[in-house]
Amino acid sequence: MSEQNEKSSSPVAGSGSPGEGFRVIGVPRRRVDGRAKVTGQTRFADDICLPRMAHCKLLRSPHPHARIRRMDVSRALAHPGVYLVLTGKDLPVQYGILPVSQDEQALCLDHVRHVGDPVAAVVAREELTAFEALDLIDVDYEILPTICDPEEALATPEPRIHEYGEEGNIHKLVALEFGDVEQGFAEADEIFEDTFFYQGNTHLPIEQHASVAIKDPDGKLTIWSSTQTPHYLHRALAKVLAMPPAHIRVVATPNGGGFGGKSDPFHHEIVVAKAALLLDRPVKICLTREEVFYCHRGRHPVLMKFKTGVKKDGTITGLHLRTLIDGGAYGSYGVASTYYAGALQTTTYHIPRYRYEGCRTFTNKPPCGPKRGHGTPQPRFGQEVQLDKIAERLRIDPADLRLRIVETPNTVTANFLSLGTVNLGECIRRVVEASDWKTKFRKLPEGRGVGMACSAYLTGAGLPIYWNKMPHSGVQLKFDRGGGVSVFCGATEIGQGSDDVLAGIVAEVLGIDPFDVRLFTGDTDLGPVDLGSYSSRVTLMAGNAALQAAERGKALLAEAVALKFEVPKERLRFAGKRVFDSAAPDEGVSFAEAICLAEARFGTIGTVGSYTPPKSPALYKGGGVGPSPTYSYSAAVVEVEVNPLTGWVHVRKVWMAHDIGRALNPTLVRGQVEGSVYMGLGEALMEEQEFRRLPKRLSHALVHKFPSMLEYKSPTSLDMPEVLTELIEDPDPRGPFGAKEVGQGPLLPIMPAVANAVYDAVGVRIDEVPITPEKVMKALAEKRAGREPRFGPDHFPQVHWPEALRVPPPWEGGDGNAVNEVQREKPRAAKEKVLAP
Amino acid sequence: MMRLPLFAFRAPETVAEAVRILDGEGPKAMPLAGGTDLLPNMKRRQQVPKTLMSLGHIQELHHVEWSDSGSRLGACLTLSQIAADPRFRNGMTALAQAASFVATPQIRNMATLGGNLCLDTRCNYYDQNYEWRKSIGFCLKKDGDICWVAPGSRKCLAVSSSDTAPALMALGARVRLVSRAGEREVPLTELYQNDGIHYSKRQPNELLTEVLLDSCDGWKSTYWKLRRRGSFDFPVLSVAAALLLSSKDIVREARIVVGSVACRPLLAAEAARSLVGGPLDEESIAKAATLAARMAKPLDNTDFDMTWRKRVTAEFVTYALRELRGDDMRPERLLLTRHSSSL
Repeated sequence: MSEQNEKSSSPVAGSGSPGEGFRVIGVPRRRVDGRAKVTGQTRFADDICLPRMAHCKLLRSPHPHARIRRMDVSRALAHPGVYLVLTGKDLPVQYGILPVSQDEQALCLDHVRHVGDPVAAVVAREELTAFEALDLIDVDYEILPTICDPEEALATPEPRIHEYGEEGNIHKLVALEFGDVEQGFAEADEIFEDTFFYQGNTHLPIEQHASVAIKDPDGKLTIWSSTQTPHYLHRALAKVLAMPPAHIRVVATPNGGGFGGKSDPFHHEIVVAKAALLLDRPVKICLTREEVFYCHRGRHPVLMKFKTGVKKDGTITGLHLRTLIDGGAYGSYGVASTYYAGALQTTTYHIPRYRYEGCRTFTNKPPCGPKRGHGTPQPRFGQEVQLDKIAERLRIDPADLRLRIVETPNTVTANFLSLGTVNLGECIRRVVEASDWKTKFRKLPEGRGVGMACSAYLTGAGLPIYWNKMPHSGVQLKFDRGGGVSVFCGATEIGQGSDDVLAGIVAEVLGIDPFDVRLFTGDTDLGPVDLGSYSSRVTLMAGNAALQAAERGKALLAEAVALKFEVPKERLRFAGKRVFDSAAPDEGVSFAEAICLAEARFGTIGTVGSYTPPKSPALYKGGGVGPSPTYSYSAAVVEVEVNPLTGWVHVRKVWMAHDIGRALNPTLVRGQVEGSVYMGLGEALMEEQEFRRLPKRLSHALVHKFPSMLEYKSPTSLDMPEVLTELIEDPDPRGPFGAKEVGQGPLLPIMPAVANAVYDAVGVRIDEVPITPEKVMKALAEKRAGREPRFGPDHFPQVHWPEALRVPPPWEGGDGNAVNEVQREKPRAAKEKVLAP
Repeated sequence: MMRLPLFAFRAPETVAEAVRILDGEGPKAMPLAGGTDLLPNMKRRQQVPKTLMSLGHIQELHHVEWSDSGSRLGACLTLSQIAADPRFRNGMTALAQAASFVATPQIRNMATLGGNLCLDTRCNYYDQNYEWRKSIGFCLKKDGDICWVAPGSRKCLAVSSSDTAPALMALGARVRLVSRAGEREVPLTELYQNDGIHYSKRQPNELLTEVLLDSCDGWKSTYWKLRRRGSFDFPVLSVAAALLLSSKDIVREARIVVGSVACRPLLAAEAARSLVGGPLDEESIAKAATLAARMAKPLDNTDFDMTWRKRVTAEFVTYALRELRGDDMRPERLLLTRHSSSL
């Protein structure tokens, strides 16, 4: 496995090296939930077992697209041991994670849209009984034609998978222009046009989704669930069950991995809640691995076309990006994903003029949504591979090219994203040095190669999913007379270490040990709202809220202690579980005594903190996707060996430098980097959410090719190369103690770096992922035949794009608004025109 | 989660008792050894035996006997035991390698030699749960009437996916099949047939009790396995080769077996014959590789592109033969299998 071989350093003088002046922050620590995890005592949702608990199974559609003509559940209800059968009629209210796409039903009422769409639920004494009873439900389906990819969706307006959306089976069209891109191309010395395809893939958390719901003795509802977003689930339950939110409690149990796959409110959660209310007994469901593949919400397959104008020195004069996005059968986060696919191109390199057009279509497959990097790894792949091609044509080393065009800190980009610290240049220099890039690039023997790529990612989405002006995260602290501190926060531990971040920050401020902190997180009854564990937002947002709450508590304690010792409170220090006079360190009290003094003076000690992101300058429609308080940066070098006879790609080593701001707990930060490399290599080399359509003359089946952990190939520990992690620490004032995100950013450069390394090794371009041996073999055959040594998509279909919203960039005097912001007319009358051939 | 269907459980202590049970219960009973394949299959309702008969308590199935003339391996030896036992080296290296490459350490601790030889054939249209198979209208191998791999085929085309079967075939192994009526010894090359449903000639009332091997003294053998990852995966192409070389490195006897590209392991007899009487030079290796690869006709029902699997067959035969010649093939092994050791 990977060697622990990392270094940290600070590029900025005076900002303090990690741990300097701090007792907890910056010190590699065992995470506070580590003991429970390694001893198997963490209580996941499926570990919950309650008296009288019943078990639920969902009957799922065997058809990819059909109308439900009739359903008869009487045989299932009569089956011994069955308590309840629910159908769509019992839960008719539509819901969805985004207010603009409330297109899901807990159980399909009359229309199924993919294999695995749930149509009925059986609740029984035993799980086996519930499973057996599924076969006793008679459903009469009217089979409908199916759509398996976006091009087919463009060409097949009818029947519509949904009755809403832009047109036909187009869910969402986006067109934005920041400056005159054609003018940008006119000023270019060279124009590059490349088409790329990024295959869909799924999160594959080790824990399958599970939920247990009960009707509390007072008639209220409690649900424990493996969810990343208890607050959004809370809202969805209130809506679908038509219950006051005050009567619903959602407890997010520790997730055995989420990666974005547990961020939507799900059918099974709503179904067990309803069943528990009706039966007045606990109801549990634990999905099978197959069902997790059907929940999906994973990486969208994206076809994309990059047109980039550059000067001879590498300066980018303009970028035009088009994406065609396979959304699957429901909206999920798809509208946001479509915007995200065009949002972050401007955050790494200076792009003065930029046009983005994105199209998401519905298809009869499980819905796509947010997966680690949400919407941005696909265009990042295209952008970074194209840069490699640009560098080669311009005869500039790809590292040098990137260094020339790296965006400057504290800039507002063409699309009005407000950047914080930007240490991408330092990231590049560091991986170049660590990997010995200059002696390897284009110099290794045939069959071996190195590739480079960079990326940026949000440190928390700047806007909430539903429009409101309230904080994005809140923390309450309770101070105990015994010296303990309890943290109450809606933030959800999904394995990423959010509990440890809260404990570490509170402990640092109050001078206590993280293990003295008790955590009550992910519970909508106990803690203030945190929007959820998505968009790499918890460290910055919940962290800043915790910091504020802890500072407020510290102030109360300091005031009480200062009075006792008659010293100015500014002179007091909190460290080593003591509060003492920094001028006379022996003068002081224990932390517990400090609490008692404060409690005697002020009454019960409790404080709150909250965090609201700064207002974004992106005021145009669609400008809500992309803003973040600050952005993390990563640069990667990957070294590969490619066997020319088999096309087999073996990754020898990965170097990753990550601009973290400050590593609150370096152990967790490195874990996130290595985990990102691992997941990225899976996407780069093997992972595919692939579907199989049977011969149409024999069958209408359109099925996931292999919804299992055995056949959906994801790397094992043996497939993992050595990883060298370099952390660049330049504290960003917008993050707690200067911290930025690490959960998602380091994933992004891996896929393009592998593709670029394969090119360096054997001289073939694989312009799509995954980069499988058969694709390398085909490209090598093209090369030997004297044709273009490439494997990848050969065209981008015609899409009827709407008129772009024109937003002049800051340097052209833009104020963040579109100059032509009018209500966009839906081109419904011109239906035929809209649909490409 | 997926639940097992209900079944009766028997745990005989002797082979005699076991075959009586099999005889009495008929094909509705299935022997349970490690259960690493059968139990997940039952959860997916691919097999729904009324009775599971555990072999775990039958001491005689756990024995190993070594003599000058050869060895007898009890069917319930675990794959971990075989992989760890230094006696399975030299001539029998292919078997130890095959055992060590099966699935994962945890599975090898449970899975048995006999179980791996009786492993159900595999297919992407068949190794799916009940609901998935329902959504394609099932298939020939279970509950349906069409082979989706080749809808024109009258025969099931599920793939032999045992690692130890090709290795043992290359070593010339035989198996003992015991039934209430008596027992028989069958060469492994004759145990399998090219039919995804009736892939084994073992009758439902027969128990595979042991594997018999002639002495492998002087032989060299090796096993190469193609799979996507360094662990977990079943083979989607495998090559087992065994050679007896003269003191002057002339091939006296040769056996080459290509696995996981048909319903049974394929004995590449012509390729093996082409080697006999000559040295292992690049020319003879290339010829044998071409002849062996010609037999491989993989279909689109496993991992990887089938044309690619076909194309790399010759490479794998080449690697195996070069390794037996004494070439250091560790770099290729590491690259393709993430295992540098050839044991």
